[in-house]
Amino acid sequence: MTDPETILIEVLRWHPDTPEAPWWQSYEVPYRADATLLEALQTIKDDLDGTLTFRWSCRMAICGSCGCMVNGRPELSCHLLLRDLAPGPVRLEPLAHFPVIRDLVIDQQDFLDKLPAVGAYLVPAEETEAAAAAPAAPSRQTPAQMADYYQYAQCINCLLCYSACPQYGLKPDFLGPAALALMARHDADSRDHGQAGRRAARDADTGVWDCTLVGHCTEVCPQGVDPARAINRNKTASARDYVFDLLLPGRRR
Amino acid sequence: MDCDLVIVGGGGAGLRAALAATLADPGLDIVLVSKVVPMRSHTVAAEGGAAAVLRDDDSFAQHFDDTVSGGEWLCDQRAVEAFVAACPQELIQLERWGCPWSRQDDGRVQTRFFGGMRVQRTWFAADRTGFHMLHTLFQTSLRHPSIRRHDEFFCTDLLVDEHGLAGVLGVDIARGTPVLYRARAAVLATGGAGRVYAHNTNAGIVTGEGMALAAVHGVALRDLEFVQWHPTALPGSGILITEGCRGEGGLLLNAEGRRYLQDYDLGPPDPWPRPRAMELGPRDRLSQAFWHEDRARRTVTTPQGSAVLLDLRHLGAERLAERLPMISEVARRFLGIDPVTTPIPVRPAVHYTMGGVATGLDGATALPGLFAAGECASTGIHGANRLGSNSLAELLVFGRAAGEAAAAWSRNAPSAAGGSLLREAQARAGQAYALLAEGHQAGRPRVAELRTAMHAAMEDGVGIFRDAEGMQRACQALAELRARYRAGVALDDRSRSFNTEWLAAIELGHALQVAETIAHAALARRESRGAHRRRDAWSARDDANFLVHSLAYCDPQAAPRIEHVPVTLTRSAPGERSYGGAGARVALD
Repeated sequence: MTDPETILIEVLRWHPDTPEAPWWQSYEVPYRADATLLEALQTIKDDLDGTLTFRWSCRMAICGSCGCMVNGRPELSCHLLLRDLAPGPVRLEPLAHFPVIRDLVIDQQDFLDKLPAVGAYLVPAEETEAAAAAPAAPSRQTPAQMADYYQYAQCINCLLCYSACPQYGLKPDFLGPAALALMARHDADSRDHGQAGRRAARDADTGVWDCTLVGHCTEVCPQGVDPARAINRNKTASARDYVFDLLLPGRRR
Repeated sequence: MDCDLVIVGGGGAGLRAALAATLADPGLDIVLVSKVVPMRSHTVAAEGGAAAVLRDDDSFAQHFDDTVSGGEWLCDQRAVEAFVAACPQELIQLERWGCPWSRQDDGRVQTRFFGGMRVQRTWFAADRTGFHMLHTLFQTSLRHPSIRRHDEFFCTDLLVDEHGLAGVLGVDIARGTPVLYRARAAVLATGGAGRVYAHNTNAGIVTGEGMALAAVHGVALRDLEFVQWHPTALPGSGILITEGCRGEGGLLLNAEGRRYLQDYDLGPPDPWPRPRAMELGPRDRLSQAFWHEDRARRTVTTPQGSAVLLDLRHLGAERLAERLPMISEVARRFLGIDPVTTPIPVRPAVHYTMGGVATGLDGATALPGLFAAGECASTGIHGANRLGSNSLAELLVFGRAAGEAAAAWSRNAPSAAGGSLLREAQARAGQAYALLAEGHQAGRPRVAELRTAMHAAMEDGVGIFRDAEGMQRACQALAELRARYRAGVALDDRSRSFNTEWLAAIELGHALQVAETIAHAALARRESRGAHRRRDAWSARDDANFLVHSLAYCDPQAAPRIEHVPVTLTRSAPGERSYGGAGARVALD
């Protein structure tokens, strides 16, 4: 099969100055089999239409900027080759379930607010001020201990999993796959002392029990993080804590 | 808005500075302004690792010697002494904050070889070290509400009065509205300027505006002629293939299957990794070797240009999965190549700006209240060629120093500037908005047209090898491009909300200024040293005349003025820079 000369890219556009109606706009872009979808968007921006608006930065699937819906599926535009999208047309929309700022740019503030809410940071052991200011040596952590959390630490915060999650679409205050995976990442780290502080968020209505086990989050993750497994793990922990709390009142801090 | 300290840039250096400032002074009101959400910053793309003395067979003296000889004695030795002594502390601090450094079986931190380093000194987190460092810093910053983040705010200018720094001007990207941060202290942590070249490993945001912002206000840019080409990037895209590949034992082969580095004083070609030799030579020497191989047509041809081959096959699937998982995925995804069975085609691409805003060891610039850290700054530790894994350590060490110094400065600074500042702010913000308002006028060039021309001028005249004629050609072309830019660029998009075409136009203005400065600083260095390698009458190193830093003073309308000042030497006299030869055989663990 000979390569096509061009490929048609259709983008769902929206601008806050004319909020009434989003519109579809088509662009015919030169086709190169090993060009990425992001490069096609850059060609549009540079040469055809400077108003087309999208985020991008690293172009190697590590910064998490360029997520959008590609033919109905959440993807990183830098991570798809035109060869895999030919002959087209390719339909692009902003990531599902998020408010749109403009064109393919979504408002990610809700996710950013959820990170502190789930305690998505390591809480080191309490140390004397002097020791904390000048730690003498790294603590030890075996490869087996790392394996407990390492997969979840690969999350690049690209938000594809939120677009894939039907529960987040229905109920935006659900903490969601990435935030809950990052909660699990820190809970499972042998160096962490912050688990008690994360329990309330985990056990709340908006926490792990809100997940309906669809598993689309894991399917769309470009980094092989398994948020569904992370959430399940925390459901187990949540249930265990619940039973212990019933049996041993006063245990909970 | 009023605050005590503004940090411009949310990458590794900016986050480390913010954390240092708030830990030093929890009452400080800190605003972290970044044109992207911090975890999107380019630190995220660093792969191989961060250097710090950890092993018993290592010492500060050895880290110092490797760095100073790697930088071909253009390093400021006082800065290197402070740097190597502070690295371990900083990497341990990151460990405390949760960074998943790769470990040995007994749980101790693992280290790997890197180019130009005689000992396994590079701490790593698989091949995603920058990613893990950045997320660790970002996540730790969430614990400190005194760090107020202004994500996706673009810094357009600095405000200065008779006392020094008086504020920072920005644009709220989503709304397109101007913001004035009134503060007596600011830290620039805006990263490098690799995007002034066409072929580079850098993210799209690495456009050099922090350097240009400081330069506009009279702060010197130091050693900008020293631009690092990373020897192993993907042809075309420039996506980075980490030096860690070679630290793990990867080999570089030319089209004839020969480990060609043995022909460039880097041999002998031992089958085992020999530190500071062959594939573990420094980046300047490896990129220059490629240039010669390419001219001799001993490179392979790919659809995206010529390349040599990075052979990882002998490492085996298991080690590749453990130590180099991202590289393996990048090769599979972007080239359709499995490095377990097929060598990866690679070629040099611009990677790092060795020079930057001239600072002292505490990040202070010549402008009172303005500090700089990370790739946008020049403390002088890299000299004429940076060693791989020194920059991730640098952004921690000097990010922290700048944050602490800026915090102390802001506590003792003169009171906030008065009404005249507001008028100044309005005038300066007006320049950015004029660009937007006038973008519809006929006959103006598109942003991409000027950017492409800038790329061509830099690749043509200020490349891996340089000569006077080519550099003069680049200076001339860049002067013309700056003049065209000042006459105005065409914008399709004249709305305010999330107008990335407008922001790209502002970035382009800064990038052109940095590019012109690189070309002039290069032309003024009439010798060859490290990454600045000439093929004309000045092809040799000249310690008698050029053991000096360059200082560039920029002019908004004209070419920069270049001065030279001596390098600070403490204990290492300039000597022969030799790699390869008789190194000890080393077993990989």
